[in-house]
Amino acid sequence: MTFISILSIFVLACFVGYYVVWAVTPALHTPLMAVTNAISSVIIVGALIASAATGSATAKWLGLIAVVLASINIFGGFAVTERMLAMYRKKDRRG
Amino acid sequence: MHDAAAATPAWAALAYLVAGICFILALRGLSSPESSRRGNRLGMAGMVIAIATTLVIHSIASLGEIIVAIALGGMIGLLIARRIAMTAMPQLVAAFHSLVGLAAVLVAVAAWFNPIAFGIADPLTGIIHQISRVEMTLGLAIGAVTFSGSVIAFAKLNGNMAGAPILLPGRHILNLGGLAAIVALVILFTIGTAAPALFWAIAILSFIIGFLLIIPIGGADMPVVVSMLNSYSGWAAAAMGFTLQNTAMIVTGALVGSSGAILSYIMCRAMNRSFLSVIAGGFGADATEARAGGAVADRPYKRGSAEDAAFIMKNAEQVIIVPGYGMAVAQAQHVLREMADLLKAEGVRVKYAIHPVAGRMPGHMNVLLAEANVPYDEVFELEDINSEFGQTDVAFVIGANDVTNPAARTDKSSPIYGMPVLDVEKARTVLFVKRSMGGAGYAGVDNELFYRDNTMMLLSDAKKMVEQIVKSLGH
Repeated sequence: MTFISILSIFVLACFVGYYVVWAVTPALHTPLMAVTNAISSVIIVGALIASAATGSATAKWLGLIAVVLASINIFGGFAVTERMLAMYRKKDRRG
Repeated sequence: MHDAAAATPAWAALAYLVAGICFILALRGLSSPESSRRGNRLGMAGMVIAIATTLVIHSIASLGEIIVAIALGGMIGLLIARRIAMTAMPQLVAAFHSLVGLAAVLVAVAAWFNPIAFGIADPLTGIIHQISRVEMTLGLAIGAVTFSGSVIAFAKLNGNMAGAPILLPGRHILNLGGLAAIVALVILFTIGTAAPALFWAIAILSFIIGFLLIIPIGGADMPVVVSMLNSYSGWAAAAMGFTLQNTAMIVTGALVGSSGAILSYIMCRAMNRSFLSVIAGGFGADATEARAGGAVADRPYKRGSAEDAAFIMKNAEQVIIVPGYGMAVAQAQHVLREMADLLKAEGVRVKYAIHPVAGRMPGHMNVLLAEANVPYDEVFELEDINSEFGQTDVAFVIGANDVTNPAARTDKSSPIYGMPVLDVEKARTVLFVKRSMGGAGYAGVDNELFYRDNTMMLLSDAKKMVEQIVKSLGH
């Protein structure tokens, strides 16, 4: 991929993000922060590449630490979002 | 052209794209509580796809260690997610931001040590491509700022550090100079020989700037800070996505970056402050001064008991409850819901009104009320409910202060003038739960509301007061 095509994806994704986030109901802004936290840990992809490769032991261990940190975030972020979302209920259920 | 691109099979590029779409749909799901859980599951699916694809297309020299690392992090994450109190959500989110920031830093440093594995260097000479240098140092810098900034935000929110702003002399020049120096170093690193010293200088300087950026910002501005750091963590991921030419990372980074930016904007608007003035910090610094200077002392006010409050609310047609950060601190949300249930049993209509900056992060009050089993269709945002106070018998303000201050509408000299507020004083009676008459809100402004004829002050700890009201309602 050329730099320009990557930049295009990025710019378009910013616009998608803009419209999608404005559509989020304010009542769910805290879960929004928790879930964006979880998905920004997709940086684990970089951490995996570093820890999978041979060539530099330092890079490998830094990568492994980053894998641990990102995993805390991924599992913790999604789980805490799930826990919060499960609490939101409508009136009729409790009568 | 980068080498990573050549090495990535077409199916993998598509898989990363699918992961990115899953993340978009995860946020899209949050447009309503009904679709939100499905959205969250899609987010998880996207993450699984991204991780699995990465593991499949790279020759893995250490699968065992990677699995151990994921399992270890996963266990810690799940444990935290299960244990954390909902009132502690702001500091948890700050802590998670710091982890994303640190992970970005580590990945950037790993890329520095092993650029060939990342496909960002010439395989023969090992020299990193110029464009990759920009991308990786930007990721490094943003990640480092996110990390140290979030650590400070966490310490302030968690009470390890005083919430009051810490103002260094000449901090604006210091911060701007620091940022300029980072940009200069990135440029030098890119056009020069990519000297290691420059790389490390960028890292260290960014850590310091992140720290300096957040210490002058006071506790009341934390909703903006948390949103802003959320945004930074996204930009850090995006920068690393550019380095790795990874669609999933770029899409996610853009989503998270814009999400945090929009939330910061919403919070600033709700406080009628410009983003720059929040970043400049110092708000709340002169709180004590304003309190001492204002003629707060000995103005007559009406004080009521829990029994009075119970009686007034029982005979009301509609009660609007206005919760604020004080409710979270007192953990009063559960007993508050009990009170609402008893009132409903008496035939009273109960609604909740939430100001966008109530609490320490966007949507904080909504989560706490949801935790206490308050149905979300009884909870309303400022603009949806503000016109209703005029036809409401009782406004029950608990733990909120500045967001109800009529001075924001009337008093041009007030520091909160222009901030949108809940018009609680238009209700027939205002019941205001407050610990004592002494302290003012975060803005350090006296609240005219306390001294109005239709206001009754309920001076006590929020939770104790509501418990007593529940007891009186029970009879």
